[in-house]
Amino acid sequence: MEHFDLSLVNWSRAQFALTAMYHWIFVPLTLGLAFIMAFMETLYYKTGDEEWKRITKFWMTLFGINFAIGVATGIILEFEFGTNWSNYSWFVGDIFGAPLAIEGIMAFFMESTFIAVMFFGWNKVSKKFHLISTWLVALGANLSALWILVANAWMQYPAGMNFNPDTARNEMQNFWEVLFSPVAVNKFLHTITSGYVLAALFVIGISAWYLLKGRNILLAKRSIIVASVFGLITSIFLALTGDGSAYQVAQKQPMKLAAMEGLYEGTEGAPLVVVGALTPGKEFNDEKDPFIFRIQIPKLLSFLGYRSGDAFVPGVKDIIEGGYTYTDKNGKQKVALSAEQKIQRGKIAIQALADYRNAKDAGDTAAMEYNRKLLDENFEYFGYGYLNDPKSIIPNVPLTFYSFHIMVALGFLFIAFFALMLYLIYFKGYNINKWLLRLGIIMVPLAYIASQAGWIVAEVGRQPWVIQDILPTVAAVSRIDASAVQVTFFLFFAIFTTLLIAELKIMFTQIKKGPKDGGK
Amino acid sequence: MVDTTYILLQHYWWFIISLLGALLVFLLFVQGGQTLIYTLGKTEMERTMLINALGRKWEFTFTTLVTFGGAFFASFPLFYSTSFGGAYWVWMAILFCFVIQAVSYEYRSKPNNFLGPKTFEIFLFINGLLGTVLLGTAVATFFTGSEFSVAKINLTNLSNPVISSWETPWHGLEAALNLHNLSLGLAVFFLARVLAILYFMNSIDHDEIFARAKKQLIYNAIPFLVFFLTFVIWLLIRDGFALNPETNEIFMQEHKYLLNLIQMPIVLVLFLAGVVLVIWGIAKSILKTYTKGIWFAGIGTVLTVLSLFLIAGYNNTAYYPSTFNLQHSLTIFNSSSSKFTLTVMSVVSILVPFVVAYIWYAWKSINNKKIDEEEMKNETHVY
Repeated sequence: MEHFDLSLVNWSRAQFALTAMYHWIFVPLTLGLAFIMAFMETLYYKTGDEEWKRITKFWMTLFGINFAIGVATGIILEFEFGTNWSNYSWFVGDIFGAPLAIEGIMAFFMESTFIAVMFFGWNKVSKKFHLISTWLVALGANLSALWILVANAWMQYPAGMNFNPDTARNEMQNFWEVLFSPVAVNKFLHTITSGYVLAALFVIGISAWYLLKGRNILLAKRSIIVASVFGLITSIFLALTGDGSAYQVAQKQPMKLAAMEGLYEGTEGAPLVVVGALTPGKEFNDEKDPFIFRIQIPKLLSFLGYRSGDAFVPGVKDIIEGGYTYTDKNGKQKVALSAEQKIQRGKIAIQALADYRNAKDAGDTAAMEYNRKLLDENFEYFGYGYLNDPKSIIPNVPLTFYSFHIMVALGFLFIAFFALMLYLIYFKGYNINKWLLRLGIIMVPLAYIASQAGWIVAEVGRQPWVIQDILPTVAAVSRIDASAVQVTFFLFFAIFTTLLIAELKIMFTQIKKGPKDGGK
Repeated sequence: MVDTTYILLQHYWWFIISLLGALLVFLLFVQGGQTLIYTLGKTEMERTMLINALGRKWEFTFTTLVTFGGAFFASFPLFYSTSFGGAYWVWMAILFCFVIQAVSYEYRSKPNNFLGPKTFEIFLFINGLLGTVLLGTAVATFFTGSEFSVAKINLTNLSNPVISSWETPWHGLEAALNLHNLSLGLAVFFLARVLAILYFMNSIDHDEIFARAKKQLIYNAIPFLVFFLTFVIWLLIRDGFALNPETNEIFMQEHKYLLNLIQMPIVLVLFLAGVVLVIWGIAKSILKTYTKGIWFAGIGTVLTVLSLFLIAGYNNTAYYPSTFNLQHSLTIFNSSSSKFTLTVMSVVSILVPFVVAYIWYAWKSINNKKIDEEEMKNETHVY
């Protein structure tokens, strides 16, 4: 590791994290709001009630303001794969590029074509075509999420590929394994559902504000009912897919699970920490108690991770030191290697690749065959070969732990909130207590916090890997000056922050103004 | 044994990339138009009409740029890693130009827009000027080359595993100082303005704007033709980066790009047809009261740019030449994805005609009536 320019790697990571997190402020709302708008317009189409049209147009205005900045930050992400992570681009471009290209062809064009009809077609196309366009915008936004999440899931769990030493890259062998890997399916469902929940809370929050102010009453009431139903259904689904995601993490990324739970020493019948505070400065191999305090549910982590209350869940120390038994992806029982052993096998794989290529240049087929075999036997640890310190495979435990617990706690709070909202509307009509309306407003920032926390868990928890076990960030980076990345980091930071302020001011003003053509 | 299917797929995907590049250049009329807002619009209402005419199309340019990038990543990942990771500054500058554009339409006319409408109009101007010039300059390096090296064996070098490196500290800025590159950059800039003028003449119902546009067409068509001809003549007489298919050796060949045109008569026909259509669209719009010039010039632009991309990549030519070491140059053969990936993406590309069909239908539906002052006053969603 001492060979690498760590400041370059860290600035590149910071720049990508900055872009991704800003992008993820805007995207979830568009994913969910698009469907909410489509539901509302469907009601307009079915009933002919002009108020539904006004309501739909109002949410469309907010959608448009948010959508523009989501697009702006999204383009940078795509190109940063090349500008900041050029080695990664080559190493996995054969697999990762395909979903990106398909996203462009299938999803982006659908979204951008029909968004124009959605905004400007009210008086130019038929009601039916307009409604179809709104649904296609929602479909396009979610399709685009599908492909980028498939690509992201592949980085967390590489499947359906083979390393080709002749081209020195990973090549796709089975498209369906990439598309339908269990991690991809779960990641897609969990992530888009989080967007639906956020959008539902956003709509409720703004509607609650109108009700408190005594303005746009009909818009607010109708919006609340649509968003509450949508939110309750999707938040329950969010919890279910969250469980699926945790199960996949336990199977495929045990270090991430250990960090999510602050689990340093593995145990059978591992409890799930409900609330806890980590001991600052805890090292994986010291004697300190990992927690200052904690409340936990016995055996639940084992059950969630392995579907057995008595299963062994490895902690950080176990994963570093190895020696515990686990089930590999082919269903075989194996003894885990230590990080040190994995590093050694990674170095063997990298050397075998060098020897293979040299043998090929020399036309030595026997040596080629030998080294190819050696490479194949050790390839699953290829990325470890770039590391020297076993500790470097530990992600930031406090950040992952707290983000995970904040996300889960808020997720359950949202379910309770939607259920309460619907219960009160059903039994008390729209005479909702003021405290609940105020709570509805507070839910909006909480939804954004939960959403960001989710990405921190997913991305910080998998460090130092760009491709799990196969490519660490240090070997994925472009060869540019750290100062260049530093400059662009601050430029992006300045521009994104400025645009975010502009967006918030415009958004708040539009909310204050309400629907352009009035309403009841 | 030669795998002809793989070679066919590599050619197919270079064609798709070329087509996307050509469509992108056509759609840069949005950028060109952004530099003309104050030239053609003298009142607030006129400027609103111009901005709204462009604003309804900006997402197509943006999406095409993203798809162009994604398709390049998927089909020729070695180009993606080499060019983007190396020519860092030029690509970053392009990105900045496009980021500030994306929000400008939506935010410009909204109340309490914090930076003020003028700032967003300046953003649109910057995007229109630098976005076009830099994209043109970057594309020109397909013919002039760049100083980079590619060594896949580096992956096994634990102290420096990076396979693509830029061998000049300027990281892409040097491309903008090359006059041949710059001539294409400026040609693209003026072409974008010409196309924008033709688009305005076609889609806005306003006599004063039409009259000003017609006048501006002459002022922009002349520099466009000067820079375009400079680039093309230079291209046809210069040595090119050729590939020996037997040895995979890259060598400099006299008049390579001229030879490519001659040896690929279909591409030559496309090129000539494209140039004639562009000139026809411009000339007819200058000489007569004609509003359909955009269609001739637009189709001509697509054909011309498509044929330029094809002579860069086809006929055993290195499309991304390395001036640092000729043998490190990228061809469609040594930089493409695997046969399997190209096959998968080719299946997906069957969807393209459907995509084109619905874009056409939606475009027609929205543009069936020209933008006028009345619409700007009554439309609920105005940029």
